[in-house]
Amino acid sequence: MKDKRITLSHGAGGRLSHDLIEEYFVPCFDNDPLRALDDSAVIPVQSGQANRLAFTTDSYVVKPLFFPGGDIGRLAICGTVNDLAMAGARPLGLTASFILEEGLSLEDLKQVLVSMKGAAAEAGVAVVAGDTKVVEHGAAEGLYITTAGIGQIPDNVTITSAQAKPGDAVMVSGPIGDHEIAVLMARGEFSLQGEVESDCAPLNSLVQAMLKVCPAIHSLRDPTRGGLATVLWEIAQASGKGVVVEEGAVPIRKEVKGVCDLLGFDPYYLANEGKLVAFVPEKEAAKVLKAMQKHPLGKEATVIGKVTLGNPGKVLLHTPIGGHRLLEPLSGEQFPRIC
Amino acid sequence: MNPHNRPDEGRLAPRLIEEITRLADSPMRLMEVCGTHTVAIFRSGIRSMLPPGVELISGPGCPVCVTPAGEIDRAIALSRREDMILATFGDLMRVPGSSSSLQEERAQGRAVRVILSPLDAVKIAEEHPDKTVCFFGVGFETTSPAIAAAVMEAQRKGCNNFYLLSSQRLIPPAMRALLSAGKVNIDGFILPGHVSVVIGKAPYCFLAEEFSLPGVITGFEPLDILEGIYLLLRQRKEGRTEIEIQYSRVVQKEGNPRARGIMGEVFAPVDARWRGLGTIPASGLALRDGFSQMDATQAFDLPLQDIAETPGCLCGEVLQGLVRPPECSLFGTRCTPEDPVGPCMVSTEGSCAAYYKYGRGNEG
Repeated sequence: MKDKRITLSHGAGGRLSHDLIEEYFVPCFDNDPLRALDDSAVIPVQSGQANRLAFTTDSYVVKPLFFPGGDIGRLAICGTVNDLAMAGARPLGLTASFILEEGLSLEDLKQVLVSMKGAAAEAGVAVVAGDTKVVEHGAAEGLYITTAGIGQIPDNVTITSAQAKPGDAVMVSGPIGDHEIAVLMARGEFSLQGEVESDCAPLNSLVQAMLKVCPAIHSLRDPTRGGLATVLWEIAQASGKGVVVEEGAVPIRKEVKGVCDLLGFDPYYLANEGKLVAFVPEKEAAKVLKAMQKHPLGKEATVIGKVTLGNPGKVLLHTPIGGHRLLEPLSGEQFPRIC
Repeated sequence: MNPHNRPDEGRLAPRLIEEITRLADSPMRLMEVCGTHTVAIFRSGIRSMLPPGVELISGPGCPVCVTPAGEIDRAIALSRREDMILATFGDLMRVPGSSSSLQEERAQGRAVRVILSPLDAVKIAEEHPDKTVCFFGVGFETTSPAIAAAVMEAQRKGCNNFYLLSSQRLIPPAMRALLSAGKVNIDGFILPGHVSVVIGKAPYCFLAEEFSLPGVITGFEPLDILEGIYLLLRQRKEGRTEIEIQYSRVVQKEGNPRARGIMGEVFAPVDARWRGLGTIPASGLALRDGFSQMDATQAFDLPLQDIAETPGCLCGEVLQGLVRPPECSLFGTRCTPEDPVGPCMVSTEGSCAAYYKYGRGNEG
């Protein structure tokens, strides 16, 4: 391919479109259903005790496209795999749809695709179908990706936000806020420099390890946009129960806390892309925590709180000095403060 | 792994609360002047721990909140100029002017940049010699030395496309105005530690000498604030009325003369309008003659309009500590952080935003 950059001809449906798909997408995502290049991918369903499907979709726009710990491609795979995993589903297949901006370098596109391939391999799932469109220069920022995913849920697993029960242990799989701070720093807008990497990772194998020791996990969420506070609040609202969190137990990296202090951000509202929050029956908590800590993505897992009958629909934060306050969902966008 | 706060605060805080409770044998109304304190008090749950007699009232120390709508309008007018890049602090993006906000202007394609340090604005000017770059500089004594340093840097580098729209304000004159108005009922002040890093202790001494009110220059960690409250109660118990420094690990009695020197070299005090408090003599900062070529108000046609407050908005009263945010009929109904009516709901350090975010059903 002579062109080093995406042009509108790549999206015209002719030979260049065909070449782009054949030379870039198919070799990268190489799998039987995709290689057929038919209008639909046909995938086998595992028969047995998994009679429900989970089905989800998400669009990914991020600036910059590449940041420490990940890039838009890795994000697009992990985000959708994680949404399936939070329903307890094992992923069967993903689709990926690309909006490419005229002028995008093919080298960058290649790098994104290779990253997607790697993330999909980590998650043990294939991208079985896809689409590309090209828009004029200025109509997008590099590229946007929409992925959809389908997965099978074992019959003995039912995970929803509404199921949180009084006494449930509330756990997080590791320190919060890394992703948003990594992306913020990569933007370079605030002349911030640091070592924070995005936590972007597929969580399905961690969830499987947890379900193996406790299929009765009540609720699972990945705290992406809106952060830990928003997810906890949504579970409190959906279940009609209260959630009490011990602030001193919530894991946060020193660097992330430092940036939050500087900008006046509240770390509970920062986005994560490789963390989960689990609501686990009290009696099973120790077992689940141990299983999480044995997994590479749950090494720093910890219990941060519990579910209560009191304060229905609310999240109460106990502060280290012995006070308390409510954790509300994120409202609007967090802007850095003046002083 | 949990760098939330000091490791010993779980042990020390209850002891301070015990002392505070012991000393609070009659009601004491304390004003935390600064928005950073307001937020720290809510975040750490201090309100939930204090005995009923100790009441905390939020003061006028949120730079965004006290900036009149007319000054926001001037920044918006600048952002609409051809070839203009307007740089400002993030807090200002959502503040409503009379008909728009900088955030809305950015959404319509104007070049509005959020920066953390005033020096970044000079950098933008250097990187875009074909554009005009204006820094909308809002802030108190904490920020002014950095703005002054940026102005000096721009001059040193010969950046002739850099301008400053100054909306800076000084804390002590505002406190004098607040007390002189005679409406507010306060027994002592929790004074902002970072302001005193620059100005020291002396500018607050009038509080004790002229108004017989104690003040404690206080840090921002939960233990600092509890200790500040304790010291104020102890002064009352011992019959003293003076300005004390709790934040002595950071604040020198004389402040930072060098930072004040830079400020004084670049800026001169001028009368300034404050939302809620009106025009206060010598409470603002304007560029001195040697730097006036960078003064956006002189370089561009920027008439300053007097904008009436939205009917029903009590930001002015909130800033003076005369009403608590939930007492405003717009609070949480027509005025929310997503769709703010008044500036106190906009800034992360505005009292209304803090009450909304942390305070609902959360007091006592």
